[in-house]
Amino acid sequence: MHTYEDILSIVIDLVRPLAPEGRGVREETDLVADLEFDSLKVMNLIEQVEDRFDVSVPLNILPDIRTVQDFTVQLQKILGKE
Amino acid sequence: MAIFDKFQQLAATRRAMDASGIRSISVVMDRVVSATEAFVNGRSLILAGTNNYLGLTFHPDCIAAACDATRELGTGTTGSRAANGSYSAHVQLESELAGYFERRGVIVFSTGYVANLGMLSTLAGPGDVIVIDADCHASIYDGCRLSGAEVIRFRHNDPADLDKRLRRLGGRIENTLIVVEGIYSMLGDRAPLADIAAVKRRYPGAFLVVDEAHSLGVLGAHGRGMAEEAGVEADVDFVIGTFSKSLGAIGGYCASHHPELDLIRYANRPYVFTASSSPAIIASTRAALRILRRHPELRQRLWENARLLYARLQGLGYHTGPEPSPIIAVRFERREQAHFLWNALMERGVYVNLVVPPATPDGSSLLRCSVSAGHTPEQITLIGNAFADVQRAGRKPSD
Repeated sequence: MHTYEDILSIVIDLVRPLAPEGRGVREETDLVADLEFDSLKVMNLIEQVEDRFDVSVPLNILPDIRTVQDFTVQLQKILGKE
Repeated sequence: MAIFDKFQQLAATRRAMDASGIRSISVVMDRVVSATEAFVNGRSLILAGTNNYLGLTFHPDCIAAACDATRELGTGTTGSRAANGSYSAHVQLESELAGYFERRGVIVFSTGYVANLGMLSTLAGPGDVIVIDADCHASIYDGCRLSGAEVIRFRHNDPADLDKRLRRLGGRIENTLIVVEGIYSMLGDRAPLADIAAVKRRYPGAFLVVDEAHSLGVLGAHGRGMAEEAGVEADVDFVIGTFSKSLGAIGGYCASHHPELDLIRYANRPYVFTASSSPAIIASTRAALRILRRHPELRQRLWENARLLYARLQGLGYHTGPEPSPIIAVRFERREQAHFLWNALMERGVYVNLVVPPATPDGSSLLRCSVSAGHTPEQITLIGNAFADVQRAGRKPSD
């Protein structure tokens, strides 16, 4: 069972290479407003998370995700159902 | 004006395109004179970006059928079939399509977009799962969203990834739709449908939906599409497609062997609440379907043209897809390069589609050519010459 902190740390590691150079990635970072993520980058991030956790992430969660924290919370819910 | 704030990024993109003289989204055809020629700003253009695969838009039989139907039945139906009733021609077209596809039933829709929107949003609902290829068309994504079902993407054309995702669903498999396309609209690549059907067979209860929008009239011994080409029609539960490409009109269809299809018709809000196709549209579509069935040489000519242009562009060093296809996408890493060449091709009398992110699958920009059976070999040569000319002018073909 993954803890919130475990998942957060992995998500931050996966977001960082996709962020513009010099931008910090923290729990409260907004993927669109702070990191200028477009739909392609969001999909890229989802694919990496799916590979890392061996899980399918439904597209339905996207409207609920603005920040790294939001993504981590949704991921924890999905992993809890496995 | 907060309601408009969300459009500001779009406005900036539009301004940048206008500043570079790009008019790709506002091209106005002053006159279209054949399936492959038009005039824009007084200049004659060869059309190589219109999905008119069999070149039937000016076929005399289609035009005569549309004119006769308009005179006999009027210009429009002025309402949906659920409210105003069907014209006999709507029912006859459905029967003819069912015969062609060798399926029990067909529903005709007013556009291909509505066909996907209606079928996916009605077949699946909350508690169900739709597993789609990542590169599926926007109409498939929108139908999924409207359904309320859980939506999961699998990697484009990757049956092993599909298999993995279906396995994770466990007992939910009987509530699952798999959705793929025959030929993908942006890059022109084919689905590995035999392998996808084999994966589906391993999960009894799952349903397979194939959108053959770009493969109807293009693939298969009878032109029925990728499922026929791959020999897996029996594994496909629902075939969806459009009349606006090979059949040269506008409209959509869903064909199925499931007897429940007719019930789906009445639960299908995009069908029930859209005005039905006009008599002219139905008549020209029926004529085009007859031509498609009787003239397999059109398909041969289409492929000859596709192979010819593909070989020419490959020979010039352009970055194209992995195999010849009636859709030939020339890829560029930098958007500005695609913009520049699109303009240069227009100046040389060739119209292709300019496609930029996020409409492209991988963030690249595309000059998307679609080839037609209506193109003469000379026109294919002229299209190739234009691509060669912009290259000779000292511009690199691709990054």
